[in-house]
Formats: sequence, structure tokens, C-alpha cells
Amino acid sequence: MTGWQNNRAARDERIAAGAGFGHGKVVQARDATRLLEAVIRPGDRVCLEGDNQKQADLLSRALLAVDISRVNDLHMVQSGVVLSEHLDLFDRGVAKRLDYAYSGPQSARIARMLFGGKIELGAVHTYLELFARYFIDLTPHVALVAAVSADREGNLYTGPNTEDTPTVVEATAFKDGVVIAQVNEIVETVPRVDIPADRVHFIVKADQPFFVEPLFTRDPAAITEGQVLTAMLAIKGIYAPYGVQRLNHGIGFSTAAIELLLPTFGERLGLKGRIATHFALNPHPALIPAIESGWVRQIHSFGSEVGMDDYIRARSDVYFTGPDGSLRSNRAFCQAAGLYACDMFIGSTLQIDLQGNSSTVTTSRIAGFGGAPNMGADARGRRHPSVPWLKAGAEADPDGAALLRRGRKLVVQIGETFGDKNVPLFVENLDAMELAEKLNLELAPIMIYGDDVTHIVTEEGVANLLLCRTAQEREQAIRGVAGYTEVGRRRDHGMVERLRERGVIRRPEDLGINVLDADRSLLAARSIKDLVRWSGGLYAPPSKFRNW
Amino acid sequence: MEDLSFRHHVRAPAGGARKSAIVGVVASGNLEVLVERVLPDAECALEIKTAAVGFGDVWRAVIGDFVERYSPGGLRFSINDGGARPDTVSLRLAQAVRLIAEHGQ
Repeated sequence: MTGWQNNRAARDERIAAGAGFGHGKVVQARDATRLLEAVIRPGDRVCLEGDNQKQADLLSRALLAVDISRVNDLHMVQSGVVLSEHLDLFDRGVAKRLDYAYSGPQSARIARMLFGGKIELGAVHTYLELFARYFIDLTPHVALVAAVSADREGNLYTGPNTEDTPTVVEATAFKDGVVIAQVNEIVETVPRVDIPADRVHFIVKADQPFFVEPLFTRDPAAITEGQVLTAMLAIKGIYAPYGVQRLNHGIGFSTAAIELLLPTFGERLGLKGRIATHFALNPHPALIPAIESGWVRQIHSFGSEVGMDDYIRARSDVYFTGPDGSLRSNRAFCQAAGLYACDMFIGSTLQIDLQGNSSTVTTSRIAGFGGAPNMGADARGRRHPSVPWLKAGAEADPDGAALLRRGRKLVVQIGETFGDKNVPLFVENLDAMELAEKLNLELAPIMIYGDDVTHIVTEEGVANLLLCRTAQEREQAIRGVAGYTEVGRRRDHGMVERLRERGVIRRPEDLGINVLDADRSLLAARSIKDLVRWSGGLYAPPSKFRNW
Repeated sequence: MEDLSFRHHVRAPAGGARKSAIVGVVASGNLEVLVERVLPDAECALEIKTAAVGFGDVWRAVIGDFVERYSPGGLRFSINDGGARPDTVSLRLAQAVRLIAEHGQ
């Protein structure tokens, strides 16, 4: 029989097959595996909600336990590969193919499994890119998502960690897929409706709350003097001259140092209200002192952060919150905001080559990209002007006609010349290239392409790549801030000096910064406890950060 | 462990009158610098005990730049290094010169 509603009929069959395991939409946790066996077909595309932070961990374990004669060869399409169960699925043969974006804690194991041929890799995506493909060619047949609570109808409350859920559910539910949610509790009325009930087919009550990882907490106690110096250089050398108000900060100690210097060093420079007012940013605890000092007007968030709930609730002028008072995050919207509405991305990386290409992939770790490539890329579809965007565009193309000249997003890579265990940040060749050859990939996993990078900041200075006119100048500008790494020591000293005279490279002394002033006493908070104090006791850090 | 030793001729003596100073701590990724005003004005010396082996060239480059920049004449530096990064070494050396140039003993 040919027809035009086969997929809808197939979806209804799946739901009917699963209906026997619950009362209405509600299924007991002990029946979760049998539900999945009834609903999922071999070869299905399945989104097992693994976000940057929130994990559908009960459903992961339930899926891992299926009878593989009934459920096998699945194509997993999920942004985060974070739990060990996510990879156990491939070891067991439940899943075969993978398209994903981020694999932080599993980066070493995923590399081994790719080399071992256990996983058939589609591609490593950026978040927005994977979400886009959910609506074109990677639409899930079944989505397994996580929420804080549900009512008996199936309305879901995600709490502050809304993250990917609306996007995943939208793509699945409106294209004849089945949506199964694990929830921490079933309630009479949800505090707010994040996902309407008619998009949710089954609810499984978990015995434990879903797992959330505190990814964005950096203990100020661990910030070094080198990071303080680098942060001072970034503020005075980039934020101030461009007047960057709308921005995204990556995770890392260098950007945490910047956040903690705004109310001190930034205040002394008279920059309050002129920089760092609007953010696409997770609720970083390190930003609390700047918020409390009146620097920050508005923050939209990809996800939440453990311990920040009460603080966010009390600062709804700054954060996006729902009628229930708690944060509403949304990864897809925030990624779009970072791409189109921010004038700067600043973040760290693991390796930078001589063209400025950067990657967090090393030969033994494939961490994925997460959001950095969307934040750290020029949006070619952008049309609205802003002062920093136009200034950067003019620096890159001083002779172009002003009315036809695109602006440029400021894409800043910040870091110390030597990272953890004295591993150099600057390399002649990225490990990503070697990995691509070994795995026969058509593209090396580059996090930020060199032609998008506008500035590199290290403790040695700021390199403005917008002002470089030739590939050779660009290479020497990079070598010129590469410190005592091998790449740095192989610089052409004469050319680096000429670049410095032109302002392409600016040293601390060129910016009026005395290296000896880079002291931890400049940090507005020097410990987690200080952050709690700044928040008036509203920030409740997770126990692993409590060392008092 | 590796022991390294560098001697340089310098153009001018270090400032101040203090006889000695200590900055930093011996810890992983950090270093302790004892600086003493015990040499002729046109000389300086650095004795290094480091936990990281095979970084002689980097030390030579770091110390060459430091001596050129601060001209620490008359000073002997004794360094216990716990595998600090070069930028940390530069910073500690600069701090040591600043501290010994301050008033007091």
C-alpha cells in the first residue's frame, strides 16, 4: 500500500506497542528497558539526551540493557557523549553509528573506540550544526530526554537546565517520532511548561535525579599570576579599544580571571558600562562580583550551572527566567545569539598552529567542539552594524569602501604559552592533522579556523591578526607572542620588532601594564568562599568546590 | 634533577641596597628564588636546581632575556625549580630584582 502518512502510522504503532507498559503515559523505571524494546526499531536514529550538562542517565542505562536481538545498530544523534553508558552502547552493539558535538569526559575512550573501529563516525559537529541537521537529514525516530518533573498529562518542567530539550523534542515530535522523558518526579501541576504534553509520549519516573555536571565553575584560588597578566592584557588591549559590550566567554581560567578583574582592574580603567554588558554565557560563578558591581545588564544562557539556581532567581533583571522564577536556558537559541548578536568570542584552546588554526583534539583525545566554533566564527549572514564589528572590519580591509565592507567578529584565543604539564600551546602542526590522516577523515577536526581568529593573547602580549597583510606577517605575529615555546624561539626577531612598531604585536609595556602588577590581589574574589560572600550567600557551590 | 649554571656580564648594577631576598615557593609548577648581593657590580650568576630535565635551552633563552632587560649586576640567584613554566620563571626573577631593590635589609 502506498500512502502519504506511513510515518505517522509507524509512529502510532510504536506508541501502541509501548502503551502496555504503563498507566497512561507513565511507565515505571523497572519497565523502561521493555518500553524501549517495544518502541525502538533496529537501525533507528535515536537522540539519547546527552547535553553539555544534563544527562538522561536512567534512559541510558535502560537502553544499554535492551535485548540486542530486538534493538541494534542504532544511529545515535546526540550533542554530548558524556556518560560511559553512551559508549558502552557501541561496545554492546546496541548502537553502531554516531553523530555528535562534544565528548569532554569521554574524550580519551572515544578516540580509542574510533581507532578500534567500534564506532562508525558520521561527523563531529558544532552544536548549532547538529541541531540544524535534526531538521534536515538527522531527524530522530526516538528521543530520550530528561526533565525535572512532569504532570500526568506529560507536560514537562526542565528546570534551569532546559539546554537541548526543546530542540530535540521539536525535531522528533513534529516529524512522527516518539518522545520518552525521564523525570525526577511526577507532580499535580508543573511549575512551568517547558515542553507541552502533546509532544511527549511516555514518562519514566527516575529513582534518582538526572545527572548534571558542574562544568563552568572555576575556583579563583587556582588562578595564576600569569593568567591575571593575560587577563589584564585582554581587557586593556582588546575589550577597551574596541569597546566590546556584547560577548561570549569560553570556559577556562583565563576568562575566569577576566571576569574577576572587571570590578577591580576594569573599574580603575573607567570601563564600567563601556564593556562586557551583554553576554551569551552560562551562569559562571566567577561573574558574580561583576554582576554585583553593576557591570552586567543581561545574560542569556546555554544551560545552567550547579549551585547558581537561587542566585539566578534573585537576579532576574540579569538572567532569563520563567514564570516560576527559575532560569530558562536554551542551547540552540543561545548558540544563535552567540553567533549573530555577539561582537566577540574569547576562549582557550589546546593547540594553535602557525596559521592560527586551533584545535582541542590531540592524538589521544577527541573532545569535540561544543559551542566554540559557532561563537568563534564570523557570521557571514550578519547585517547589523556595531562599533567593534565595524572597527575590526576596517582593520582587516582599510582600503575597502566603508558602505560595502563587512565587519568582523572579534575571535580571540587566550592562553598561556605553556599549558598543563608544560605542554606548548603553539605547534608547527596540529595533532588534529595526524588524527585525520590516521582515521581517514575528509576534514581535520579544527575547532576555530585561522581565518576566523582575529587576536591571540598570551602572557607575552597581544597579536592582532587583522592587521597582518601577508601569511608571513601572520606567522611572525603568532610566533611573536608564543613565548619560549619552540615556535616562539624560532621567531624572526627583526620582523617581530617591526610588527610591534606597527601595533600588530603589543607587549605589556606597550599597553602601560607592569608585569609585576599582575598579582592575585587584583582578583575580586580569590576563592569559592569569596564568591559565596559576593552573592550574599545565594550561590551554593557543589561540595567538590567547598574546601573550607 | 638537573643542575644548571649561568654567568653573565652586565652593563649596570642592580638597584637598592638590600643584601638578600626570597620570592616564590618550591612546589609543582612553581619555583623559589633566593637572590643575594654578593658579586662584583658587572657580574651576575644564576644557579638552578630543577626537577625538569632537558630544558637547558629554554633556561638559557629565559635568562638571556632577563639579564638583558633588568641588568641585575652584583646579584647571585639560587633557584629551586619545581618544573615551573618559563613565564613563571621570568616573573619570579623580575619579582626578586624588585624585592632586593626595595628599602630595608
